[in-house]
Amino acid sequence: MDTLKESPSPCSSRHNSPRPAPCEMPATVGIEAVLDQLKIKAMKMGFEFNIMVVGQSGLGKSTMVNTLFKSKVWKSALPGPGVPTPQTLQLHSVSHVIEEKGLKLKLTVTDTPGFGDQINNDKCWEPILGYINEQYEQYLQEEILITRQRHIPDTRVHCCVYFVPPTGHCLRPLDIEFLQRLCQTVNVVPVIARADSLTIEEREAFRSRIQKDLKSHCIDVYPQKRFDEDPNDKILNSKIRERIPFAVVGADQEHVVNGRCVLGRKTNWGIIEVENMAHCEFPLLRDLLIRSHLQDLKDITHNIHYENYRVVRLNESHQLPRGPGWVNLAPVSLASTSAGQVTTSGPSKAHKRAQEEPKYEF
Amino acid sequence: MDSLAAPQDRLVEQLLSPRTQAQRRLKDIDKQYVGFATLPNQVHRKSVKKGFDFTLMVAGESGLGKSTLVHSLFLTDLYKDRKLLSAEERINQTVEILKHTVDIEEKGVKLKLTIVDTPGFGDAVNNSECWKPISDYVDQQFEQYFRDESGLNRKNIQDNRVHCCLYFISPFGHGLRPVDVGFMKALHEKVNIVPLIAKADCLVPSETRKLKERIREEIDKFGIHVYQFPECDSDEDEDFKQQDRELKESAPFAVIGSNTVVEAKGQRVRGRLYPWGIVEVENQAHCDFVKLRNMLIRTHMHDLKDVTCDVHYENYRAHCIQQMTSKLTQDSRMESPIPILPLPTPDAETEKLIRMKDEELRRMQEMLQKMKQQMQDQ
Repeated sequence: MDTLKESPSPCSSRHNSPRPAPCEMPATVGIEAVLDQLKIKAMKMGFEFNIMVVGQSGLGKSTMVNTLFKSKVWKSALPGPGVPTPQTLQLHSVSHVIEEKGLKLKLTVTDTPGFGDQINNDKCWEPILGYINEQYEQYLQEEILITRQRHIPDTRVHCCVYFVPPTGHCLRPLDIEFLQRLCQTVNVVPVIARADSLTIEEREAFRSRIQKDLKSHCIDVYPQKRFDEDPNDKILNSKIRERIPFAVVGADQEHVVNGRCVLGRKTNWGIIEVENMAHCEFPLLRDLLIRSHLQDLKDITHNIHYENYRVVRLNESHQLPRGPGWVNLAPVSLASTSAGQVTTSGPSKAHKRAQEEPKYEF
Repeated sequence: MDSLAAPQDRLVEQLLSPRTQAQRRLKDIDKQYVGFATLPNQVHRKSVKKGFDFTLMVAGESGLGKSTLVHSLFLTDLYKDRKLLSAEERINQTVEILKHTVDIEEKGVKLKLTIVDTPGFGDAVNNSECWKPISDYVDQQFEQYFRDESGLNRKNIQDNRVHCCLYFISPFGHGLRPVDVGFMKALHEKVNIVPLIAKADCLVPSETRKLKERIREEIDKFGIHVYQFPECDSDEDEDFKQQDRELKESAPFAVIGSNTVVEAKGQRVRGRLYPWGIVEVENQAHCDFVKLRNMLIRTHMHDLKDVTCDVHYENYRAHCIQQMTSKLTQDSRMESPIPILPLPTPDAETEKLIRMKDEELRRMQEMLQKMKQQMQDQ
């Protein structure tokens, strides 16, 4: 018995693992050391995070990404005067590796210039949906290979930040169309962009109208209510849901206020501080996306959105014509896992399946 | 005008008084002075009695602060009973034309102000030709005026032509959007367009400057003819010339509107209260609202009306007459140098009569009100 409890973990050289004094009778097995193992492994492998920003031009998308990750991740390419806006939506992705305290994050930002800028914006969401499904398809193709890679490169979009223009009235028809379609495929976080044009009362009124519109059109934005697993999650997420959409302001210039150096916008009537909760809700967005829910975003993308896509593909593949690159995805070969419809009340089922394949957690 | 009135009136009195009439032959004034310098005063007095009318159109996407700006400009709330549409209702909304008329009086001068609003412009997913209803409306007003002018009874023509169109450009873009260009190109030959940068309190000064430059460049590039301020005469004083130059350099105006009064530095001003400061609408360092108001109401209102009558309406009229004559030659009738105008149909006659009667009723109502007030004062 003693031998079991003496060294709780193989890497006992770690200074912060609990080492019971020899004369005590420790009642623990030492399972919490597994957390340390996970941490070390994560540090070695690094994280990946793919974010997409969608919104009309000029709403501060690139500035927001720079402010979020505190580095010039994105240099917005302004077209010259009189250059016509591109007729079709073209997406560009830029990848950067950011490092903090020894932890590496491979960040990929996908921008959608030209969204909603044309006179006729019918079906302007289709290139975006196409891109997202393409990433799922790439992952699926890698997953069904006989000899799979140890770590499949994950280019799936984990989060889509949708910028709503601060009209102060309510959601526009274009916003509703886009959100309805995208919430079923990817995690969407709507934000009120350029919120420095709204006073506090206008902001609250606008927010409550948006929440009402989202509810009446059955648009389920992140954090989705139906994916809350336990009461703690529910409480935490309800608090977030009350404040969605966050009213944000982005800035990449520093100014001196009261002796401190802050990121903000300097106008003739005052300085808008980006990190000041009394001015705007940027800290809430940053905490949601990076500090608290980053892993959750990835999990939901993998366990729910990707699984839904996979099921649809598996069920339809035998109907597809056998063109070049056709892969047999017929349900017969994957008899062990049920290829039934993953309904929205299936996070538990999806989680079970995820646990069977622990490889993909990282 | 007042400073002009006094010496001229005195001169008139002097000329007409019986004492000076005898001495007139001895005075040199008689030989040099005819006396029509008092004409501006006569015009002034007549106009004050008649009152002015002005039709202003506001256009732009919803949520850019158009109604707030109109409220700030004219200090009247024309939109008290407006109900904002919800998102479902907006999906099926088409562009409408709404007219609100209000009578404003200041220091004895009456202004009949008509605001033409265009809700639904630029809001749909597919905005192709969303400026067509607006363009048709402007043409209709010209056509109605044309018919009235060619009619038999021209005493009480109602002038519903649009004198000025304030077009609101979103401050969030990087310049003009395709919808903006489409609208301005469709309407620049029909109405005076004054482009404005709306909600300018979300821009820092450097961004405002850059945006104004870009918009000016793009207006040039696309060949859009916005309203040009007339050149001031060379004999105006330096102050006026300086003001005029500043006005031209700040186009398009970056404006902010507000219908709330806040306390700033111990004074009550119209403004917007933010956690980081107070934006004052009438502060020239904050926005160009004062310039817009001066231009629109205090200095250039009459010029706007003149350009509408002399340029846009004449273009329309020439185009209309050309079309009619070409139609006549196509029908191979006898060509006459004077275009044959279509006689008004009996329906149009009765409509005109009804309109005249309406005008008379309105004037009688005004007189009744005045009499009531006089009785109350007594």
